[in-house]
Order: sequence, then structure tokens, then C-alpha cells
Amino acid sequence: MELSGAEIVVQALKDEGVEFIFGYPGGAVLHIYDALFGQEDVKHVLVRHEQGATHMADGYARATGKPGVVLATSGPGATNLVTGIATAYMDSIPMVVLTGQVPTPVIGSDAFQECDTVGITRPCVKHNFLVKDRRKLAETIKKAFHIATTGRPGPVLVDIPKDITDPNVKIPYHYPETISLRSYKPKVKGNPRQIKKAAELILQARRPMIYAGGGVILGEAATELTEFTRLLGFPITLTLMGLGGYPGTDRQFLGMLGMHGTYEANMAMHECDVLIAIGARFDDRVTGKLDEFCPYAKIIHIDVDPASIAKNVPVDVPIVGQVKPVLADLIAELKASGKKPDADALAAWWQQIERWRAVDCLRYDRESPLIKPQYVIEQLWEATRGEAYVTSDVGQHQMWVAQYYKFDRPRRWINSGGLGTMGFGMPAAIGVKLAHPDSDVICVTGEASIQMCIQELSTALQYKTPIKIVNLNNRYMGMVRQWQEFTYESRYSHSYMDTIPDFVRLAEAYGHVGMRIEKPEDVRPALDEALKMKDRLVFLDFITDRTENVYPMVEAGKAQHEMRLPPWINVDRELA
Amino acid sequence: MRHIISLLLENEAGALARVAGLFAARGYNIEALTVAPTEDPTVSRMTIVTRGDERIIEQITKQLNKLIDVIKLLDISGADHIERELMLLKVRTHNGHDREEIKRLSDIFRGRIIDVTARSYVIEMTGDSAKLDAFLANLAPSQIIEVVRSGPTGILRGERGLHL
Ligand SMILES: Cc1cc2nc3c(=O)[nH]c(=O)nc-3n(C[C@H](O)[C@H](O)[C@H](O)COP(=O)(O)OP(=O)(O)OC[C@H]3O[C@@H](n4cnc5c(N)ncnc54)[C@H](O)[C@@H]3O)c2cc1C
Ligand SMILES: Cc1ncc(C[n+]2csc(CCOP(=O)(O)OP(=O)(O)O)c2C)c(N)n1
Ligand SMILES: [Mg+2]
Repeated sequence: MELSGAEIVVQALKDEGVEFIFGYPGGAVLHIYDALFGQEDVKHVLVRHEQGATHMADGYARATGKPGVVLATSGPGATNLVTGIATAYMDSIPMVVLTGQVPTPVIGSDAFQECDTVGITRPCVKHNFLVKDRRKLAETIKKAFHIATTGRPGPVLVDIPKDITDPNVKIPYHYPETISLRSYKPKVKGNPRQIKKAAELILQARRPMIYAGGGVILGEAATELTEFTRLLGFPITLTLMGLGGYPGTDRQFLGMLGMHGTYEANMAMHECDVLIAIGARFDDRVTGKLDEFCPYAKIIHIDVDPASIAKNVPVDVPIVGQVKPVLADLIAELKASGKKPDADALAAWWQQIERWRAVDCLRYDRESPLIKPQYVIEQLWEATRGEAYVTSDVGQHQMWVAQYYKFDRPRRWINSGGLGTMGFGMPAAIGVKLAHPDSDVICVTGEASIQMCIQELSTALQYKTPIKIVNLNNRYMGMVRQWQEFTYESRYSHSYMDTIPDFVRLAEAYGHVGMRIEKPEDVRPALDEALKMKDRLVFLDFITDRTENVYPMVEAGKAQHEMRLPPWINVDRELA
Repeated sequence: MRHIISLLLENEAGALARVAGLFAARGYNIEALTVAPTEDPTVSRMTIVTRGDERIIEQITKQLNKLIDVIKLLDISGADHIERELMLLKVRTHNGHDREEIKRLSDIFRGRIIDVTARSYVIEMTGDSAKLDAFLANLAPSQIIEVVRSGPTGILRGERGLHL
């Protein structure tokens, strides 16, 4: 088969089984767009801003485990992608980004719409390529998919100069089925000696704690994690990125840990004697002050990326490998040993944990005449039976979803944790909805975040993605306002906007349904009504209590157990 | 602690930028860096001299290993190794006394004078970096016209080696 470079790009995507490509045309990719014309195998989704394309591809990837694919032109097209590429990079999301570049003979001459895309993106991709020889094009695309999806996943960019895609130059096409790189061989199985050591340490534990993260979701290991946790009867906490990796409604689950984690999760972390970290990277939003992190614990750490291990916290038993096979081996090792951890010690530990849990740190005022944001999320959970795909933007609303929507299954909770990108939620929800057209897909957002990629409401109409947008409208950049309240004596410097659009009319202008909800008793009926409108995008603008804060909170510089609880909870009294 | 890290990496455009970018982005110290293709033209050998405590060096090696272009690496300073750096040095020789004195000193350090004019010498010298430092310390700053140093390269002693 003889193909032009442009045809090779499209054919390679087909051979890779790519369903959707999120893109925006421009001079340097016009040959590729021409090759896309009239074919149906790879469905092109035309976005309204290239950033939207990256978040859609990212949402699609998080919801399916398959790589998201993006196409944009050179120069401004490429620079508009950077935020979305960095977002995917920080959360280890598999993504393949194709960009057009000026023709090879003029590279480096400040040609029209030229920028050093490979240079600009180098620090925020897992790897990138500039294709200078069309004979290497197919192989390079294969490499990009291979690197993006294996080991610790991440975005890979392929920059393609326009002359390489010239429709008049045809060459033989061959797409390799598999590829092997001598410089890249990520580990899969864990070292048996280390697994044995881990099992021994686990069996000696008296106050054990499991701390699992995004690696469980990325590595499709929720089943193994659940089996492991139940086998041992240990308490478990999850990071923001790990939610859904273990059932959120289960008794052994103590809730999320970290800056806005539950009291019981953070206290159990602080007091535990053996910590089993699984696909989590000891982020500073989790550890708090490092010197006082888990002071009594021996630490086992399972991670596919050796660089994640002992990066922030020294580790006693490192295990490099994929979570799934490592947990399977560890379970087998524990079963084969015929031993169990000390049951009396574990019972006493659970008693202590239940005392912490009884503090009921997520309690809030249910009698308020104002809509409490927590209430909206609780009602959303009920109305969707806990089964929706929920994306979010960044801010207080994001934390309330993490705390109040109990995810029982992986890949249902989709948010930007590492980079914390406002503007992520709505385009991500469009990507999720394309992947799961029959599921409820909700974007929980704030009135500030939603405006960062609002233009994608138009894309949602074109591609019939009837997502539901739950806007927790507190007329503040609530998360910023909260920090200013706590650490800047309530000097609310530029954390509110004097002009906020009428979201109902805005939604209508884009061809969707808009609803404003101002009273607590209207919350549930509005949610039910919106969820019934299966084929319409509904924008629900909830006017919430603007002074609400996210609690508990480990403030900057504090250790994990030094949480600030809501003013209406007195821990000493509760624990007495 | 000073460490010498040897790397084999794909001889690809951008590979050097990835390594340099990594050090800059993560705030690691980079004292010297040399790179050239090996007997296999698809592979380059790089030597990096860096400083840091054990934890930082561990992170540096892990992060370098993570770069897709890096095939293999070894912290050779942890083993018995040989270190060599090349220096080219241009000095002023305005009178007979200078010429005599510099020639004598260069001989002691096993340097070679490879260019001579009425008013200057070019000296070629190899050795570990400390030796080159010591030679320079014996010259007065006013005698030096220019110094060109390659940065250290290194290799393990004995049969063991860093190869594909
Ligand atoms: C406003 C805001 C507040 C936040 N507050 C909190 C908070 O209170 N609590 C909290 O937890 N986070 C919070 N975060 C998120 C935080 O910034 C980090 O993104 C998050 O803690 C990282 O989660 P993780 O450790 O699970 O790592 P991830 O970023 O999910 O990384 C996954 C880890 O698993 C490894 N891995 C990947 N795949 C595999 C595999 N197949 N097998 C083995 N290992 C694998 C990777 O190498 C990596 O080390 C907040 C973010 C924002 C924006
Ligand atoms: C692109 C970007 N810019 C700035 C920030 C810093 N930031 C974090 S949360 C936040 C406020 C978000 O406000 P809103 O969307 O209304 O959510 P709320 O906290 O009120 O729920 C800001 C500005 C960010 N995370 N992302
Ligand atoms: Mg807000």
C-alpha cells in the first residue's frame, strides 16, 4: 500500500484502533485534515479552542483507559495545547498529541506560525518527537502510542512538518504491530524477594494502614486492591486520584486523606506502624509537613516508576512494578504463608479508628435556609445512585465531590489533581460522554472555573453530548477566598468577580437548557428533572452559601494530624 | 559529594536538551557535561559531573533513567575508575625566563607544548580535574591568555564496562 504522509497519519490512527480524535485545523495540518475528510473510522471532534481538545482527549482516556488523541496546527495551535498536555502529564494520563509544524526546509527561520513545539512541550510530556523523514512517520506514531500507554502512562507528542504530509509524495506503508525500544523497558512484575519482605512486614503489623492512589486506577487494579484489603481486614484510605479504586461506601474505607482528607484517615496515617503505599506518589497535598509524616511507620511502596519511590519520603520496602501483578503476587504470598496479622492488635486498632470516625468530621449544617454545596453533592450521589461519571474543575467544589460523592468504582471520578487546571471539567465531561453515551456524565464546577473553557458548550451541542453541569455558584473563587480568610485575615484580594454571566441565558444561547436553583428544597427536584432530560445538556446553576469552607483542612506547613476542623466540631469534647 | 555519571543514550536530536533540561527543571547541580558518539553511531556516551547528597544523586539517576532516550547509566564514582580531562592552555611567554619556567612546569605535569610563537605557548595536558587545577594554580593569572577544558570523562577499571 502506497500512502502520502497525511494518509499515513490517518491510516496509523485506524490501525491503532483510535475512535475519536479531538482537533482544530490550521495551515500546517491541512494535508492531514484533507486525509480525514470523508472517512468515518476515526471520528473527528471539532473543538472551539485547542485546550478543550486536550481536556476532552484526557477525559476520554481517564474514563476508558485508552489513550486520548489530539490534533492541532503549528504555532498558536500547539501553544494552546500546553495547559492540557501538562494536566495529563501531572496525572500520568495516556495521550498522543499530533501537531503540524512548518515545512522542514524553513524550520528555524521564524517562519509563519512557527514555534519550537518540541522544545516548549519537552518538560511536560513523557516523550516527544519531531518527524524529519516520512519513512519514519508510521513507526514514530507507533512508538508514541507504545510509550504513552505503557509503564507510567503519560502524554507523547509527535510534531509533523507540513512537507512530510505532502499528498503528492507516496511511499509504502507498514504499521508495526508491536514495537520494542532498547532504551525503554518498564517493569511489570515485582521482585519476588521484595514481595516476600513486604508480606513479612504486613504480617507483623499491629496498626496497619493502606494508602492507595491513582496508580490503582491507571493500572486497572481495583479488583486486586479490594481483595487485598478485605483479605487483611486493614483500614484503607485513597488519594484524590485514587477514589473509586476501592468502594467508597465500604466500612474499611476511611475516606480520602491529605489536605482535605477526613479526620480518621489522617489520624490513622499519623499513628500507623506499617504503611502500605500502592500507586501513590506522596504528594505534598497528602503528606503535609514531611518531617512529621507517618512518624511510627515502616513503609512499603509499590510503584511502576522507580523515581516515585523514596522521592519525598524514605521507604523500607520498595517494590517496582505494575500494581496489578504485584498485588496478585502479594495476595498469593500472604495466602501461602497461612499466617494472619495479630487479630487482637487489629481489633484494638479498629476501635481507635472508630473513635476518630465518630467525630464525624464531614458533618455540616443541614438546617440552613441557603443551599449548602455539600448537600447538592449528597443529593447528586443519591439521584445518580452513585453510578455517574463525575468530572470536576478546580476549587472547593472539587473537594466537596471528593468528600461527599462516594465512588464505588474506578474511572468514575475524573479531575485534575496534579496540575489543578481550572477549565478541565466541562471539556473532560464531553470526552467521557463520547466514550460512554448511555451513562450519566456530570461536570461539577464553579462559576469561575467554568468560564475558562466555556466555549466548548458549542462543541457539546454539535456532537450531541448531553452532559449535566452542576455549577456550585458561590460568587467567589471559593478556594482562594478560603485561603484568604484563613491566612490573610479575610482580605479578599481579587477572589470574586463583580460581573458573573447569567448562566441560564448563556446555556440557552449555546442551544442548551439552563436552570437556576436558589432554595434547598428545589435541589433534588432540579437534579431529577435534569437527569430525565437524556438528550439535552442541562446547565444547573446552584446559588450556594457563599461563605462555606472546605473542612477538614491541613493548612500549609502543618503536619497531617494537625487538621483544622469546622468551628462547630470540638474534637476534644467528641473524643472524651 | 561529587559524582560522575556515565550514560549511554540514543544519538537523537534533542537527547542532550532533555538531559540538560532535566537538570535545570529539577534544580540539580551540573558541574560538567561531555558527550560524543561511540563506535556505534546510533549511541552517544555522556559523562556528567554533579554534586549532591545520596538522596539527590539517587533521584538524579532515577530521573535520568526515566528519559526515553537514555539506554543505560552508571554512577562510576561509586567504583574503581579512571577520570581524565583534556585542557588546552594558552600562556604568555614574553621573555626567556617565562619560557623556561613554563616549559619546566609543563614537563612536571606531563603537558605538551603544541604551538609556539614569539610571545605565546599552547600547552596540551590531560589528567584528572584536580591535576589540571593544580597546574593552573602554579601560574600567575597574568600569564594566562585562555583556558579550554573539556570537562571530565571517565571509565571503570578492569573488565567491567558500560556497554549495550
Ligand atoms: C485544590 C486541590 C486540593 C487537593 N487536595 C488533595 C487532598 O486533600 N488529598 C489528596 O490526596 N490529593 C489532593 N489533591 C491532589 C494532589 O495534588 C495530587 O494530585 C494527588 O494527591 C496525587 O495522587 P496520587 O498520589 O494517587 O498520584 P498520581 O498522580 O495518581 O500518580 C500515580 C502514581 O502511581 C504510579 N503508577 C501509575 N500507574 C501505575 C501502575 N500501573 N502500577 C503501579 N504504579 C503506577 C505512578 O508512577 C505515580 O507514582 C488536591 C488537588 C487540588 C487541585
Ligand atoms: C488555570 C488556573 N488558574 C488559577 C488557579 C488557582 N485557583 C485554584 S481554585 C481557584 C478558584 C476556583 O473558583 P471556582 O471555580 O468558582 O470554584 P470554587 O472554589 O468557588 O468552588 C483558583 C483561582 C487554578 N487552579 N487554575
Ligand atoms: Mg466559586
